[in-house]
Amino acid sequence: MPSFMTTVKSSVGKKFLMAITGLAMIIFLIEHLTGNFLLLQSDPVPYNKYAHFLLSFGWLLIVAELILVAFLVIHMISGISVFLKKRQARPVGYHVQGNAGGPSKKTFASTTMIYTGIIIFVFLAIHLKTFKFGPYYETTIDGVVMRDLYKLVSEVFRDPLYVGGYVVAMILLGFHLRHGFWSAFQSLGLYHPRYMPIIYGLGILIAIMLAVGFLGIPIWIYVREVVLKGAI
Amino acid sequence: MKKMTLHLRIWRQKDANTPGKLVSYTLNDVTPEMSFLEMLDVLNEHLVAKGEEPVEFDNDCREGICGMCSLVINGIPHGPEHATATCQLHMRHFKDGDTITIEPFRAKPFPVVKDLVVDRSAFDRILAAGGYISVNAGSAPDANSIPIPKEVADEAMDAAACIGCGACVAACPNASASLFVSAKISQLALLPQGQPERKRRALRMIEQMDREGFGDCSNHAECEAVCPKEISIAHIARMRREYMKAMLC
Repeated sequence: MPSFMTTVKSSVGKKFLMAITGLAMIIFLIEHLTGNFLLLQSDPVPYNKYAHFLLSFGWLLIVAELILVAFLVIHMISGISVFLKKRQARPVGYHVQGNAGGPSKKTFASTTMIYTGIIIFVFLAIHLKTFKFGPYYETTIDGVVMRDLYKLVSEVFRDPLYVGGYVVAMILLGFHLRHGFWSAFQSLGLYHPRYMPIIYGLGILIAIMLAVGFLGIPIWIYVREVVLKGAI
Repeated sequence: MKKMTLHLRIWRQKDANTPGKLVSYTLNDVTPEMSFLEMLDVLNEHLVAKGEEPVEFDNDCREGICGMCSLVINGIPHGPEHATATCQLHMRHFKDGDTITIEPFRAKPFPVVKDLVVDRSAFDRILAAGGYISVNAGSAPDANSIPIPKEVADEAMDAAACIGCGACVAACPNASASLFVSAKISQLALLPQGQPERKRRALRMIEQMDREGFGDCSNHAECEAVCPKEISIAHIARMRREYMKAMLC
């Protein structure tokens, strides 16, 4: 029997890890978006209380964050490895590129995973620096002193450049998930002729919902903080 | 008889170590009834008559069952028709005046031997690693002595339809051999005769596939779309289950 590392490095094991970590990060994104919908309210209290509630988990939150980071790293290593191996496997390319259509699922999204992935990673670094490790404002709600994250978010999204960057990054995230979601099931060996079309369709739906949800928040905040306030 | 004029751009390469290039030819006497390979035969007759080297291309049965013919035609292995090997592709699917680019299958484990001929013996080595079953020597067993449900037999037959042409590798943006390897693993994993080596087979064939230098499967499913035998990527999913089961259990 091959060793654990041989399995992990094999073409099947690599994709297995990529699928598990990818699906886990999609679950995180769904939670992240659901919570962030509180930012749509003009009242800062519910969002700040929600952020404070998450922070109140203390070491449990840190463990969860470390798991997410580990998943991200595994996902990236396997993705980069697939990209490098593909370049080795076809040193001389074709003069004419075709798409056979029919059952093919080769799309703009599927052939640009490495590029959308890298851009999403850069976005993530900026995103964490801006918010998680950004300026610390304080507020007091019901006698409890907590971080005023709502104020920071409202400030940041007054910059149209920032909003534009978020919109572009989230559209690319949508493309990444459009191929990534169904592909994860296939990588785990979960193919069934009856259910695969449903999973494929669900992937498109999840990609659109997460992308539109995440890019809608900065646009909405920009409208609320700049356009509407400017009009008054 | 109606004649077509075609402009061909064909990959010419002297041998494995000499860099190749696309060379243009114009053919004026192509008929819609010709198969693609017959069209190339006509080109070669012209080339030989002029004292030039004919274009080398692989072919054998010319009835779509041997897996020898290859060719990437306008960017698609086996050309534009679905479920059709190059030898079964006819010139009626092209128009008078068309330009057709013909390239060899491209993958590092499929080195070009000459012009459009590539060496596909990497597939033989993968098969030798595990694509076999153990049988008792002696007289042939009775037919139907082992009951196999019709649906299972059908699915195994679908996988067994693979002719090992390698179009899946040629079409894959990653040059992965997953569809070929999965068809072989799937076919034998489904049938009782394949059970004794089931785990070993999955592990060894995938190990050999990786060692040959094929890319990883990114689930583009372009392989299924070009496969002359319409092998489904459902077999790739089964191959992955077989591998993980062999690893974990």
